[in-house]
Amino acid sequence: MREQNKKAALQFKNVDFHYKNTEGKIPILKNLNFSVADGEFVSIIGASGSGKSTIFRLIVGLEALTSGSICLNEKAVDNRSGKVGYMPQQDLLMPWRTVQQNAALPLELKKENHLDRKTVKNLLEAFGLKGYENKYPHELSGGMRQRVSFLRATLSGSNVLLLDEPFSALDAMTKLYMQEWLLEQWEQQQSTILFITHDISEALFLSDRIFVITETPITALKEIEVPLERPRRQQDLDKKEVTELKNNLLEQFRTRV
Amino acid sequence: MKNYLYSIILITIFLFIWETGARFVHTSFILPAPTEIAMKLWELKVELLLYHLPVTLVIIAIGLGISLVLGIALAISMNISKTLEQAIYPILITSQTIPIIALAPIFVLWFGYSIWSKVIVTIIITFFPITVSTFDGFQSTSKELKELFQTLGATKRQLFFKLEVPSALPSFFSGLKVAVPMSVIGAAIGEWLGAQAGLGYFSRRMMTQFNGAGVFAPIVILSLIGILLFITVVLLEKNILKWRRF
Ligand SMILES: Nc1ncnc2c1ncn2[C@@H]1O[C@H](COP(=O)(O)OP(=O)(O)OP(=O)(O)O)[C@@H](O)[C@H]1O
Ligand SMILES: [Mg+2]
Repeated sequence: MREQNKKAALQFKNVDFHYKNTEGKIPILKNLNFSVADGEFVSIIGASGSGKSTIFRLIVGLEALTSGSICLNEKAVDNRSGKVGYMPQQDLLMPWRTVQQNAALPLELKKENHLDRKTVKNLLEAFGLKGYENKYPHELSGGMRQRVSFLRATLSGSNVLLLDEPFSALDAMTKLYMQEWLLEQWEQQQSTILFITHDISEALFLSDRIFVITETPITALKEIEVPLERPRRQQDLDKKEVTELKNNLLEQFRTRV
Repeated sequence: MKNYLYSIILITIFLFIWETGARFVHTSFILPAPTEIAMKLWELKVELLLYHLPVTLVIIAIGLGISLVLGIALAISMNISKTLEQAIYPILITSQTIPIIALAPIFVLWFGYSIWSKVIVTIIITFFPITVSTFDGFQSTSKELKELFQTLGATKRQLFFKLEVPSALPSFFSGLKVAVPMSVIGAAIGEWLGAQAGLGYFSRRMMTQFNGAGVFAPIVILSLIGILLFITVVLLEKNILKWRRF
């Protein structure tokens, strides 16, 4: 298993948040606390509309906290735009940019153009996109587009990556392949990943810990340790303690629907 | 070329029917045959191409140029300011119900036979498609991509040049493809109403002389200008929007 130092990469401290609409306030988070360690892989699962994406939107600064604070690397940061790598629910590539230009966007926006060519070229190769540098998004498969989008998130230069259901649109085979690929990248880059998914098997296969959202407004996340060593293989999901855990989780969601 | 085969066949049939019809009716001051027009064109080539064509081209160029500058500027302003959009956009749409051609004589009253009366007609007729299509293009910018730029810490300027402008380009080109042939119509109408030179003026002068072929000859050239301008825009579009599957 990969070594984890105890430092926290991301922390929520007494965070309150509500959306406003014409009828009034819709509370989503109430005095929420949680912490993700540096180098950890954490999945968030919860019913549709339970507030998973909202947690990400708060972290990247697209929504403003009502109260409380969010810490990055143990420091409270108020303006977090540009400070966390974010891969939104769709791949969101720009159709007028080539693979390389899409991936390099964060560098370009930070005016770190000197990094563009070499870094991006090498990374594209590492991400299995060699030979596709100058292709446009519509010429790629779904899995490839996800990899470009993931590379772009990586290039934001942050050690914290937020991935919002990145594989939900992929077919089962590609999905399995991408999961293994993602673990490889994570191990190489030593990043901290927060991963939203609807797929319990996916969460079990990938994560060190799983955060389960049991109710909205969210007052606490139910934290579950995944009892699996690394490196993992898909077969490991058939182990008894894992199948039990899985059935447990499924049961919880069934009663809630 | 193969794509145009059926159109070419259709036009050939049309010209053939026109030719036989015209010869049968035999009133060339109302309905000149295509061959008569072609002959007239050849006969008048020096006068039309060297004297009248440049005058019309200048009107088209100035009119389109000003229209582009004003239209794009207004589209950008409306995109930046919601208030401006709410104030101007409805007026812009409503203004299209005004029969501009009926208003054209007023411009002749105001600007006389100078080039500006024709330029104004051209601007008014092309301003709308350019402004509205550019503005709609800006508005079509994906909200999700905007948010992505925000999360990457993009400045307003970066957002504009790297996201909004590329998003607006396809729609802008659609508008330009509509505006370009209209600019030819605008210039011709302007000249029709009051001018001392130009293809529109020449056509009208021939009308007063009951010279049917002479009316049509400059119109053929006007259509050719329209077609050439249109093709230029299409080529430009294909070049700039390479990423699109044409
Ligand atoms: N801009 C908004 N204004 C008001 N309410 C909103 C807004 N955005 C989201 N909500 C509400 O907040 C709740 C949480 O939304 P969120 O997108 O975080 O859910 P989610 O868990 O990501 O769902 P899914 O799994 O379907 O993606 C939902 O009930 C949604 O209706
Ligand atoms: Mg969501």
